[in-house]
Amino acid sequence: MAELELKSYRFRQEREAEWKRLESLLAKVEQGAIASLSDDDLLAIPILYRATLSSLSVARTISLDRGLLEYLESLGSRAYFLVYGARESVWRRLGRFFATDLPGAAQALWIETLAAAGLMLLGVAVGYALCRGAPDWYGAFVPPGLAGGRDPSSSAQALRATLYANQTNGLPVFATYLFTHNAGVSLFAFALGFAFGIPSALLALTNGCTLGAFIALFSARGLGVQAGGWLAIHGVTELFAITLACAGGFHIGWAAAFPGPLARLDAAAKAGRRAGTLMGGVLVMLIVAGLLEGLGRQLIQNDLARYAIAAVTAVLWPAYFYAPRRSRADG
Amino acid sequence: MAETRLASARPSSDTVRAMITPEGVDLRLNLGEVSQRASALILDLLIMGCGFVVLSIAIIVILVALHTNGSEPLLIAWLAGIFLLRNFYFIAFELGPRAATPGKRRMGLRVASRNGGQLTADAIFVRNVMRELELFLPMTVLFMPATDIDGWLKALAILWCAVFVLLPLFNRDRLRAGDLLAGTWVVRVPQRRLLPDLARAASHEAPAIAFTPEQLDAYGIKELQVLEDVLRRFDRKTIKIVADRIRTKIGYPEGEDSDGAFLSAYYAALRHRLEARALMGRRRADKHDRG
Repeated sequence: MAELELKSYRFRQEREAEWKRLESLLAKVEQGAIASLSDDDLLAIPILYRATLSSLSVARTISLDRGLLEYLESLGSRAYFLVYGARESVWRRLGRFFATDLPGAAQALWIETLAAAGLMLLGVAVGYALCRGAPDWYGAFVPPGLAGGRDPSSSAQALRATLYANQTNGLPVFATYLFTHNAGVSLFAFALGFAFGIPSALLALTNGCTLGAFIALFSARGLGVQAGGWLAIHGVTELFAITLACAGGFHIGWAAAFPGPLARLDAAAKAGRRAGTLMGGVLVMLIVAGLLEGLGRQLIQNDLARYAIAAVTAVLWPAYFYAPRRSRADG
Repeated sequence: MAETRLASARPSSDTVRAMITPEGVDLRLNLGEVSQRASALILDLLIMGCGFVVLSIAIIVILVALHTNGSEPLLIAWLAGIFLLRNFYFIAFELGPRAATPGKRRMGLRVASRNGGQLTADAIFVRNVMRELELFLPMTVLFMPATDIDGWLKALAILWCAVFVLLPLFNRDRLRAGDLLAGTWVVRVPQRRLLPDLARAASHEAPAIAFTPEQLDAYGIKELQVLEDVLRRFDRKTIKIVADRIRTKIGYPEGEDSDGAFLSAYYAALRHRLEARALMGRRRADKHDRG
């Protein structure tokens, strides 16, 4: 009988209590009850984790019990993800995101941002020039759903009315709708960057063309200044957000096309994480833009006030993103 | 190769990836199969669908109860709720301590960083933003009314979407586009219970049967672990078949022992011998291994 006392079984007997303790602690943490753990328990987790890993390596050499090996592998992996997982609380992470990560990402992508802005401005110029020359172009640039009855055939009177529509009914719903729509568009501009950034570039161009066509239509009827106010109150924020989204797309596309010293996949992954940070900020900007567009624009009917708000946003966003700040020592 | 792998010999060894912890131990993570991930996704979509239905019903009930025209705030809640559900369901759950949505949890999956480092919030954000392209765009294309666009265009659009949808099938690590960009992958970390040691149970239940060294040399580690599976399941028919096979192979007379007792005793004895030899540096992979 004594002969059948396996070494691997003795090994298991000696350590089983440790594994069980780690397992029960893990179960508590994974259920989100980390607050119920005592200080001793918290301090014990990394020690138990290392003990389990050492058990695993020993078991692999001396034990042929597959049930035991699989148990230890699973326990070790679960503990590994806890010990080396993210340990920040969601709120502190959010704070760090807005304080350093987001402006940092925007600053790092300044070339891409300039390129996206350049493309969009080019689009505006093209759209404007073409539509001033031949109003037929308007239909090509502005989809009928977006135009909402504002087209070259409508009178100056009708166009003016669309700028100062006093339809407070259904406004908030409209704002929410616009936000979800615009967020979709910019998520797209970002996600499409995967294809070497080409679709993002096209998106920036067409967006600019639509804008240029709009301006051309209104300025042809002598409503240029008023239309400017109508657009700028939210447009500064929204166009900036879409520019940043396109810049994120370019960043990924560039890394995928020219990975440099890294492997193509690693380069794309690195660029993806940085651009992803920026996209978080873009979403926030779009929320603000949606509020300004749906609420602010319809409630504020004065051109001067509209331009004032536009100017404030035009100063605040770049200041937040690009103002020099002290670098944090802990990095 | 076979020797080092054998300790964790599994049926699906092509999904095992080395994951060296900072302590220098290889955790041998199992990648999530495409089928498991598809099931997880379907579960998640069902949950989201239920959330959508519950939200809609709640809003309709409130509307009916109030009998008013003030439907606006509710419509906002509805639009915002759908937006949040669609965009933040995955992100919120994967940011949690389990790094998995309910569907993934059910399948024993979780998201992990490919280089073994920390799984950051940015990575989770990126991998789920790409879902827009991989999941929601193809669904839109698929359900688009055919009258809106040319049939050829639609076929092209579907083909283009298929590149993204089917990407996990065409690379070694089962990465979808979001995983590629975020530097993540989906691994299988099921929760396992510590099962009783079969050799121990055998030595308690039945008197040990003495086997000769020749009888024990008939098999190697691979067969031992197959036998372990058979004993753990303990399906009467299989036990009988396996016991007969082994008796014939080692020339053991069909005696008074029951099939179960015989197999348990043989398992204990075989493991004892193989483990003892492994300790001396001679791991016998399987019955063909005569080294």
